[in-house]
Amino acid sequence: MTSNEPRLGIVVAGSLTKGVEVKLDGAASVEEMAVGRYVTIEGQNRRFFGMVTDISLGVTDPSLTLTPPDVADPFIAEVLAGTSTYGSLHVLPLLTIGGDATSLLEGPQPVKTVPSHFSTVKLASEQDMALVFGKEDEGRFHIGNPLDMETKLCLNLEEFVKRSNGIFGKSGTGKTFLTRILLIGMLQKSKAVNLIFDMHNEYGWEGSSEEHTYKVKGLKQWGQSKVAIFTLDKENSDTRRVPTDFTVQIGYDEITPEDISILRPTLNLTELAVEAAYQMRRRFGKSWLRRTLQLGEEEVADILKEANIHESSFQSLKRGLGIIERLGFVVPQAPEDTVKHILNHLDRGVSVVLEFGRYRETSAYLLVANMLSRRIYTLYQDRAEKARANNTPLPQPLVVTIEEAHKFLNHEVADKTVFGTIAREMRKYNVSLLVIDQRPSGIDDEVMSQLGTKITCLLDNERDIDSVLAGVSGKSELKSVLARLAPKQQALIFGHAVPMPVAFQPREYGSAESYKSLAGSESALSQQIEKDIEELWP
Amino acid sequence: MTGNRVGEVIEASTAGFTAQCYELYQSPPLGSLVKTADQPMELYGVVYNATTASIDPGRRPIARGGEAQSEDEIYRQSPQLLQLLRSEFSVLVVGHRQDVNIYHYLPPKPARVHSFVYSCPPDEVKEFSQSLGFLNMLVNTGLPVPRDELIAACLRQISHTHEDRHQFLVTAGKKLATLLGNQFNQLNAILERISDQ
Repeated sequence: MTSNEPRLGIVVAGSLTKGVEVKLDGAASVEEMAVGRYVTIEGQNRRFFGMVTDISLGVTDPSLTLTPPDVADPFIAEVLAGTSTYGSLHVLPLLTIGGDATSLLEGPQPVKTVPSHFSTVKLASEQDMALVFGKEDEGRFHIGNPLDMETKLCLNLEEFVKRSNGIFGKSGTGKTFLTRILLIGMLQKSKAVNLIFDMHNEYGWEGSSEEHTYKVKGLKQWGQSKVAIFTLDKENSDTRRVPTDFTVQIGYDEITPEDISILRPTLNLTELAVEAAYQMRRRFGKSWLRRTLQLGEEEVADILKEANIHESSFQSLKRGLGIIERLGFVVPQAPEDTVKHILNHLDRGVSVVLEFGRYRETSAYLLVANMLSRRIYTLYQDRAEKARANNTPLPQPLVVTIEEAHKFLNHEVADKTVFGTIAREMRKYNVSLLVIDQRPSGIDDEVMSQLGTKITCLLDNERDIDSVLAGVSGKSELKSVLARLAPKQQALIFGHAVPMPVAFQPREYGSAESYKSLAGSESALSQQIEKDIEELWP
Repeated sequence: MTGNRVGEVIEASTAGFTAQCYELYQSPPLGSLVKTADQPMELYGVVYNATTASIDPGRRPIARGGEAQSEDEIYRQSPQLLQLLRSEFSVLVVGHRQDVNIYHYLPPKPARVHSFVYSCPPDEVKEFSQSLGFLNMLVNTGLPVPRDELIAACLRQISHTHEDRHQFLVTAGKKLATLLGNQFNQLNAILERISDQ
C-alpha cells in the first residue's frame, strides 16, 4: 500500500476542520508544489488523500528574517533548506482508506479524523488517483486530468445525471468547452437524453475554438442518429450550413402570463403590468395575447375600466408583448406542436439541441427555454407518476441544459420558472438540470444548494466564489484553489459525482487526435477520423 | 590498537581528559578525533584545546632570542628547553566503542591516567562519523574555546575522510541547523567556517 513517489515531508500539526500542516523536507522544493495538487498521507493504520490548499514559508529562528544568511553561498543555502528555513503545505484531508481487507473493498471513504503526528506525506501517484476516481469504463467518462498528473479523471455519468449539476466560470474560462465535452460524454455513456437550449449555437453542429481560429465538432457530428438539431432561426442555421431537423415556431396561444412574469425584469414591465396579463387571460382565455395586441382603443377603455387595470400598466404590458411579437419565431398560429416533436425525439432516445440562431437576446432565450421546459416537465411528471402507480419503469432520464442560468434561477423568479422546480424536486421525475452560468451569485441559494455536482472554472468575484462553494466542507481551503485556477482550461469539480474535490484540466478537444480518443477505436466515426487524418497529412 | 600514538593521559574526568604529548609541539590538530583505551572499551574524543607551558607552573619561560639569528637557534643553544617545556592537549569525550558498536554518548567510566592516546586513522574517523550524534555533545558543552570554532574544525577534519565531502558537510550542517534551531547566528558562523567554497 505504500507508493513509490518521493517523500515530501511530514505532518506536524492540524485539525480535521482546518486541515493539516505539513513541513516539507529539504529535498522537496516549495516551488515545485502547487495548490490543488493531491498528496497521500501514510498514517499508522490508514492512508489519507488530501489536497494541497496553501503553501507557506517558515523559519525556525526569527532572526533569520532580520539578518538573512549569505545565500550566494550554495552550501549555506543547501544546508538551510528544509531545516532552518522550510516550506510548509496546508493539506486538506478528503478521503481515507483503511489498511484492513474490508476497508480496501469499500474503497475510499470521507475522512473523519486526521493522520497522526509525523506521518509521511507523498505526492499522490497515478495508482492512488485511479483508486479514487476509477478507470474509464462503460459508465465512466474521462473528462480530464488532475492538474499536473497523467491520471485520467473519470466521472461516473450515471451518477452525475441523477441530480442537477452546474458549470460555472467567468466568461472565456472554457465553460462552453467543458460543457461540450460533458455533453458528448453523456451522449456516449449515460442513459440520459439531453435537451439543450443552445443560446450561442455552440453545441449542435459545430462550435468555434476558444480563439475562434478553428471549428470544433458539435454533438450532432458525434451521434448522427442520437442527436437532433432544432432551430428557431432556419435562415441562420442554413447560412451556417447546419443540417437542422425541425424549425421551432411558437404560437401566440402557447404563451402564458407566467412566461410574461418571468420576463418582467427583461422586458422592463411593472408588477401591475404582469397582473394585467393575468387578467387578460382570465378574460380571453388561451388567445389572450393575440386579442390583447389586437384590441382597439375603445375596447381597451372598456376592458380597463371593467378589470380595474390602470392605463399605464396596460401600455407597459402592450409594449412588452410587442417585443415578444416581433421575435421572428413567434407566429399567430404555430404550424406544428414543438413540444410534441421534442418529446417524440426524446422518447426515441434522441437528444435535442435547440439553436437560437440570431435570437440571442435574453428575452427570446428566457421565453423559449422556460416555456418548452415547463411543458415537457409537466408531461414527464405525469408519466413518472403513472409509472410509479403502475409499477412500470420510469421514463428515460432527461437532462435540460440551460445557459445564463442566473436569469432563470435568480432570487426573484426561481420559484416561478420551471427550472427552479426541477432543481428543487430533483430526480423525483427523472428530470435534472445542467446549468451553465458565469454569475453564480445571481442564482437562488436554495437552487444552488440542490445542485449535485458543481464544476467551476476560474471565478474571481468574492460573492460568486462564496455562492459556488456554499456548504462544501473545507470551503476556505477550496476557495484558494479556485481563485488560483488558470484563466483557461482548468476547473475544479466537487460534489455528488466525485469522491473528493479535484482541480483538473479538461481533456483536449478539437484536434484530430482528441476526436480519435473520444471516439474509441472501433466506432465508424473513428475510422472516418482516421481517414481524415490520412487525407490531411498524407 | 591502530593509529599513531600521540600522547598519554595525565588527567581525566567523565566528560574529557588531558594528555601530554611525548614530544614538544606534537599535539594533534584542533578538532581531530583521538581515542584512548580502557579495556574492554575505547573512548573517542575531539581535541579542543592544546597548550605548551613550563613544566613548573611557578616558573614562566623568559624571552631568550635577543641575540639569536633564528628561532631554531634558541632551542639549539638551550637544549634543556625541550625538557623544561611540555605540550598538552585537552580532549572532549564524544563517544565510545564497546565490542564492535560505536555509541555517541559518554562512556560509563572516564579514561585512566597514563593510558596512551592515539590519533584515529581515516577509516575509523569515517566509521565514527557515519552517524552525527556526537554533534549534540559538541553543541551542548561549555568549553574555554569558542564552540563555533571547535565544531567547524572538527567537521572540516572529519569531512576529509568522506569520499563525498560536500554531502557529508551538508548532512552535518542540516543536523546542526536542527540542534541550533533558535540560534541562527551561531549556526551561520559555523556554516561559514565549513563551507567548502
